[in-house]
Amino acid sequence: MQAVLSGDMPRSKILALILAGILICLALAPFLFPGVRTVDTAARICVFIVLVASYDLLLGYGGIVSFAHTMFFGIGAYGVALASTHMGRGFDAIAVGAAAGALVAAALALIIGLFSLRVRAIFFAMITLAVASAVAVLVSQLSGLTGGEDGLTFKTPRELGPAFKFGDKLFGVKLNGKLLAYYFVFFGALILFLGLLRVVNSPFGRVLQAIRENDFRAEAIGYRVVFYRVAATCLSAAVAALAGSLYAVWLRYVGPDTTLSMEIMIDILLMVVIGGMGTMYGAVIGATLFVLAQNYLQNLMGAASGLVEGVPILPELLSADRWLLWLGVLFILSVYFFPTGVVGRLRQGN
Amino acid sequence: MTPPILSTTDLTVRFGGHVAVDAVTCAFNAGELTAIVGPNGAGKTTYFNLISGQIPASAGRVELRGRDISTQSVSQRTRAGIGRAFQLTNLFPNLSVLENVRLVVQSKSGQGFNWFSMAARHVELTDAAEAILQQVRLADQRDQVVSELSHGDQRKLEVALLIALDPAVYMFDEPTAGMSVDEAPVVLDLIAGLKEQSDRTVLLVEHKMDVIRTLADRIIVLHNGALAADGLPADVMASDVVQEAYMGRGLEGVLENA
Repeated sequence: MQAVLSGDMPRSKILALILAGILICLALAPFLFPGVRTVDTAARICVFIVLVASYDLLLGYGGIVSFAHTMFFGIGAYGVALASTHMGRGFDAIAVGAAAGALVAAALALIIGLFSLRVRAIFFAMITLAVASAVAVLVSQLSGLTGGEDGLTFKTPRELGPAFKFGDKLFGVKLNGKLLAYYFVFFGALILFLGLLRVVNSPFGRVLQAIRENDFRAEAIGYRVVFYRVAATCLSAAVAALAGSLYAVWLRYVGPDTTLSMEIMIDILLMVVIGGMGTMYGAVIGATLFVLAQNYLQNLMGAASGLVEGVPILPELLSADRWLLWLGVLFILSVYFFPTGVVGRLRQGN
Repeated sequence: MTPPILSTTDLTVRFGGHVAVDAVTCAFNAGELTAIVGPNGAGKTTYFNLISGQIPASAGRVELRGRDISTQSVSQRTRAGIGRAFQLTNLFPNLSVLENVRLVVQSKSGQGFNWFSMAARHVELTDAAEAILQQVRLADQRDQVVSELSHGDQRKLEVALLIALDPAVYMFDEPTAGMSVDEAPVVLDLIAGLKEQSDRTVLLVEHKMDVIRTLADRIIVLHNGALAADGLPADVMASDVVQEAYMGRGLEGVLENA
């Protein structure tokens, strides 16, 4: 257990229980919550946990603000999509696409980092914003290659599609390729998350924390701050790209809205802050809460609105169309009451 | 005579029209403890910043063991052997006391770019850090977060980081500033110990006369950024140049009031 979690224990009973609960629910999602929509939500949660964790490496451990994280996410997704389109369906296309996506993302991060991190961290945020916008425009304009605004629909290996059956039923769940695809995403996400947990608890991760705390002093005890910041940026970009690859495998579609949009970038920021920066486990909690709220708050409110029918104003206020308003209220409350995130709050309570 | 370990040649820095450090040429010998004194604003800390690299020089050179390091970054100079402690406490506030020292030991060991082993498994680094905490009498506070330490303990930790770095040249900038009468001797003993046990070169900015008298082999005086005097403690304190430079108040008066 110590080795798997890299010695970074949850350090709070409630947190450990919540994390175990999330792990079990995600591991058994197709059996516990059968249904197209629920399994889709579970897969989204898996992907976003990795994406948010890789952003936490940058923001929470390195103290670097980037607005280009969805760009790296998109590069990974488009990598798989393009490889699968041009090489034909197959696991080799996924592997090539994911590897190429991760490499391109890391290389781009290296260039951005070397240009801007030498100067000041805030400059990096500005540059990432500009590059991310430019790439988003580029992707929607190069429709011959990327499918433009429509995106690309592509075929994944037969083994990951609903048409592939490898048995009858287990606990009433069809044993088909969609189930395999879910577990492909789940285990991929699990391995990437545990890998990130190892990185933040390695000597390298400790240096990042030192730099976040006091970069001036980190330099004066012999660490080349720029190198560490650039390396963290590259690593974080590569993992974000791999998360994008998983997402593409799951959706069998990529488009600017699902992978590159600024809205996703803001979602990632909120997930990190709500979960707790610099904790890694915060990514798990933040992503789970957020994706669940995004998917089910609307339903919940619709039901609540039905319940209070006849009461003045209340049904209007709780109308399903107002779900974004309530999501906003939830954020403000969570930031107000848990400034160190859910994980930070739970650990304090110990 | 052996060549000096550290030397500055015409070292100058200008901020706009103000010359903060004015063509200071000075050599420091291995094993020597030099006290750097002067009134507030004389350029002592700026001179330190030029040597350790926090501020780039406008002109002149800094040489370590005969090699010009003037264009190197702070971290390069640190790895080359220049260790700097700061006047205003400058630590990693939200990390534990042990982790602060461990980070320095890790920097020395070159393990910083090790991505994928668990830091906690590098027992040798932790052990080395704990030994240093024993030495500076902070072993009991090892798991405390630095921001919760008393001012005196933070000063001790500042010294501990430098000891962990074990540089060829130790640079202390008022190491006992703001410490109580009981605590200051602990830090001063540590500095004296460096000289005796490990024969290290020490540069010390200090205001307290008694400290300088007991510790220093040599005093240099900075005044308006320029080198005003340089020599044995007794000679410098008595010298006419210094008496005049301080408008007849005498060095002791200035230092005591500073």
